[in-house]
Amino acid sequence: MTTAILDRLGARGRSVPAKYVPVLVTAGLFVAMFVAGGIRYEGFATGQVILNVFIDNAFLLVVAVGMTFVILTGGIDLSVGSVVALSTMISASLMAGPGWPPYLVVPLVLLIGSALGLVMGYIVHAFDIQPFIVTLAGMFLARGLCYTIGTDSIPIEDPTFTAFAQTRIDLFADLWISPSVVIAVVVVLVAAYVLHYTRLGRTVYATGGSEQSALLMGLPVGRTKVAVYTISGFCSALGGVLLSFYMLSGYGLHAVGMELDAIAAVVIGGTLLTGGSGFLLGTVLGVLVLGLIQTVLSFEGTLSSWWTKIFIGLLLFVFILLQRLFSARRRT
Amino acid sequence: MDVPAPVLRMSGIGKQFPGVRALDGVDLRLLPGEVHALMGENGAGKSTLIKVLTGVHPADSGTIELAGRTVSFAGPLEAQQAGISTVYQEVNLCANLSVAENIFIGREPRRRGRIDWKRMRARAAELLRRLELDIDVSAPLSSYSLALQQMVAIARAIDVEARVLILDEPTSSLDAGEVRQLFHVMRRLKEEGIAILFVSHFLDQIYEISDRMTILRNGRLVGEYLTRELSQVALVSKMIGQELAELERLHGEARTFDRPLVEARELGRTGAVEPFSLTIHEGEVVGLAGLLGSGRTEIARLLFGADHATGGEVAVGGAPAALRTPRAAMAHRIAFCSENRKRDGLIPDLTVRENIVLALQATRGWTRPVPRDQQDELVGRYIKALKISPPNPDHLVRNLSGGNQQKVLLARWLILEPRLLILDEPTRGIDVGAKAEIQRLVTELSDGGMAVLFISAELEEVLRLSHRVGVLRDRRLVADLPNDDTLTTDTLMETIASGGRA
Amino acid sequence: MKRLLWPLLVLAALLAVNLFFTPSFFSVEMKEGHLYGSLIDILRFGAPLILVSLGMTLVIATGGIDLSVGSVVAISGALACLRISEDGGVFSAVVLALGLCVLLGLWNGFLVAGVGIQPIIATLILMVAGRGLAQLIADGQIITVNSPSYKVIGGGYLLTVPFGILLVLVVLGVTAFLTRRLALGVLIESVGGNAEASRLAGIRSRGIVITVYAFAALCAGVAGLMISSNVSSADGNNAGLWIELDAILAVVIGGTSLAGGRFSLGGTVLGALIIQTLTTTIYSVGVPPETTLLVKALVVAAVCLVQSPKFRDKVFRRAGPRSSPRPAAEEKVRVTA
Repeated sequence: MTTAILDRLGARGRSVPAKYVPVLVTAGLFVAMFVAGGIRYEGFATGQVILNVFIDNAFLLVVAVGMTFVILTGGIDLSVGSVVALSTMISASLMAGPGWPPYLVVPLVLLIGSALGLVMGYIVHAFDIQPFIVTLAGMFLARGLCYTIGTDSIPIEDPTFTAFAQTRIDLFADLWISPSVVIAVVVVLVAAYVLHYTRLGRTVYATGGSEQSALLMGLPVGRTKVAVYTISGFCSALGGVLLSFYMLSGYGLHAVGMELDAIAAVVIGGTLLTGGSGFLLGTVLGVLVLGLIQTVLSFEGTLSSWWTKIFIGLLLFVFILLQRLFSARRRT
Repeated sequence: MDVPAPVLRMSGIGKQFPGVRALDGVDLRLLPGEVHALMGENGAGKSTLIKVLTGVHPADSGTIELAGRTVSFAGPLEAQQAGISTVYQEVNLCANLSVAENIFIGREPRRRGRIDWKRMRARAAELLRRLELDIDVSAPLSSYSLALQQMVAIARAIDVEARVLILDEPTSSLDAGEVRQLFHVMRRLKEEGIAILFVSHFLDQIYEISDRMTILRNGRLVGEYLTRELSQVALVSKMIGQELAELERLHGEARTFDRPLVEARELGRTGAVEPFSLTIHEGEVVGLAGLLGSGRTEIARLLFGADHATGGEVAVGGAPAALRTPRAAMAHRIAFCSENRKRDGLIPDLTVRENIVLALQATRGWTRPVPRDQQDELVGRYIKALKISPPNPDHLVRNLSGGNQQKVLLARWLILEPRLLILDEPTRGIDVGAKAEIQRLVTELSDGGMAVLFISAELEEVLRLSHRVGVLRDRRLVADLPNDDTLTTDTLMETIASGGRA
Repeated sequence: MKRLLWPLLVLAALLAVNLFFTPSFFSVEMKEGHLYGSLIDILRFGAPLILVSLGMTLVIATGGIDLSVGSVVAISGALACLRISEDGGVFSAVVLALGLCVLLGLWNGFLVAGVGIQPIIATLILMVAGRGLAQLIADGQIITVNSPSYKVIGGGYLLTVPFGILLVLVVLGVTAFLTRRLALGVLIESVGGNAEASRLAGIRSRGIVITVYAFAALCAGVAGLMISSNVSSADGNNAGLWIELDAILAVVIGGTSLAGGRFSLGGTVLGALIIQTLTTTIYSVGVPPETTLLVKALVVAAVCLVQSPKFRDKVFRRAGPRSSPRPAAEEKVRVTA
């Protein structure tokens, strides 16, 4: 049945080009979940529920944006969760110990994250080592640095920091968001602009489509690969800063397994893991779907948290299968 | 002389690879507004020449002049910037991007730093109209046929003020209508004064589109000719070479073969080989002659089930058989030594022993290993019989010479005692001694009752070994000739050149 | 054997470091009829990793990868402990758990070989969902069991030797038998070394690949039993967490290429022992245990860099005539689509 719908949507010359279909499916899924939740649970179908998903997942959204860049080139970045944790840890320890002010700490953290990404990207590009392995080493490294800084959770008590973290930005009609959401939205917009309107962005797509061809067309493939890992490192560091707003602590065990959530969000958002196809809007929807699953489970009450993982796994399966069907069709 | 000054002149080009002299004193000149065919068989040096021209490989000797100025390029990109663009058989574009992007990526029109999509689409559409194509440039490239993708690649190539356009086998995967479309575009470009270097294995196409041609053989220049002044027979003989000292035929007196083993009826595969009928008898050596890309390998792959046939049927030993997979063919005791040993034959990381018993092991499945003494016996026997060197069964196959690798591959199939052995270019790229041994082996095998389908680019080799020769041209089996005293390399060449129409 | 030289040297160096800091490091003593000592501990604690790595070796040799083994470890332990806590039948619980693991492995293999999904993606599904499944089985609790016979698997002794070590030897023996005495090994290497050539040689690669994934899951299942039995409880959340990464690392250190093809079981065992010894060393040398991951990261980076041909080209330029000349003129591959 689903295939029939896809067929109809995917048929060329119809209103919707095939490349938007995966995003639309995800959007449809999100709407369906929202409507179903609204019918089933009282107080579910409000704007604030969606905004809360944003508030609770702003850091994941930022991390997933970076992951989208990497996956679009056909790579993968396993280090994001650890870099997030490292960022919280560095922020907290610098503010708690020597008492550095946030306006020094935050840029430093962003710089460290970007530098880690840069180094990983360089190794991937220069030595032809699989991104999986390189970023795995990066994951160990960042997590190890966390534990070297400290094994316990470090609370953040800097007044500016906490004040910022507790700020509520009121929108109309009793709706509100946190400053983190604003930051995440800005990141998404900037990233979408880069992907769509700059040569870097288009080279990202070209590299993911066919690295060989991109090279023969004279595109700066190596530089682009280094760039996407740097971007992912930056996004992870920024995600770490947002997470420290959310948690108000630095801890080596923060964001364990976040790389999986980020990858899942990107895939559910319709981006091909083989690279070259996908949209940032899809990633946003992917994060929203993941967040909404948690919301639904919390409304359900009787269902336990591990169902989240099972649902995510199922969604992954369905979407990967759909991708497989699509790419098989395209080849014939 | 009313010949205009050449836009490109390569002279005395030499290129050495480890163990191979790929190019030796080759000259090439391209005039503006001509289609120039670059002709030659496998290993003649066409690809290397193009790679030297576009800066993929540096030349060891010789000079390249573009519009009178000596140039040397560090890579295809530099060559392209100087006005030499290349379009390959496999379309080197990104199918996931739109048509417009594929034409302009890397040099998109921008306004205030951002890509100006509107202008890009307009310019792409305009450029394609120059090639008389009217397609939706915002659709992804993957939604168009290979031919159209080819045109888009050409559009990308000529947008950078190309003076020389190299088309490397652009027609290999196109159907007749698409070829016509491509030729139409080529003629337009010609009128604009662009010099086109055209590589194709289809003689008809060469004669239809090209003005002049340069022929290479074994890395050397054979000559430059006006197409209309060179007959097809002369072309074929120049490509294949004429150092055909009359060799004795290896097979004995003509025998009669009356027990058909494999019969193909109207077997074919769209885009690979036109439907053909061919019968191979027990003990018979059937040779396939034809130029590279004429469908030789495709016939072999169909008979082994390596590719799916899109039509026709096969009977083995009189009973209809479905050769849908290599395993199915193997069950009918058909064996296939592929042309590309590295890609389709050997497992380079495994030892000689493991490679030799691989097919036998595959038929038994992993739960029933070939007993060690049987392995030793088989491997030892074939190392000795085929003179595989070094005669060490535990040597890694990757470290063997080409001839010995070929023998390992042969041994793999011989231990299965096939009824039909398909050999695709078994003597290509191996030394003379090994070549003679393999030829002798083929004769012995057929005397022992095995049927052999023997494919080779060397006509004299085909003639020496075969009882019957099938001639291919442009993916079509055009003739099936008994190899009697009247059949010579000349008649074979004529058949190839004329397509059996004579 | 030459391929095992480097891992052997690394292991020897690590042991030497230990000996330097703890002179009694190599001593093995008998206490209450059981063998004790640091070396025995390395083997005993390293046992689950060795098991998982053995399965991973075969998967990697086919050119694949299995990210889901960590989750399978958790599922196996959780299911076994659940059954034992319900009716106490250890044997049936073990059989049930391992049976489920094989099923999960078949699922992975089906996705890879049947549907044709990239291995890393196909197994990612079970990696994510499997964790949830393990917690679902355990109902989010840590299931504690009090079964002496179950305890034997991970913490018991047989003939003075820890049972876990014996179990590893058995699995290693079985693996070696399947791959080297039977023909599984050469067919795996063939499929991983050149898939198209294997198909043309008549190998049914689909069956081989599915078998290998099932085997990897079975190994992970046994490791899961071992881990949960050792602590007499099953923690769906943390059991086997990141063991897939350690296992991949062990395989790579052991000299098996991630690109597939030739594999070395001995190398993998060495690789796993190196990782375990590294952890032990860090404890015994007095380096804060927090840095384990740091050291591991450096080891991964070093090993992978040394294995990268491009790195060797760049760093050891003057490699001399032994560096194999790359085929400059790669034969043009004709595409017959």
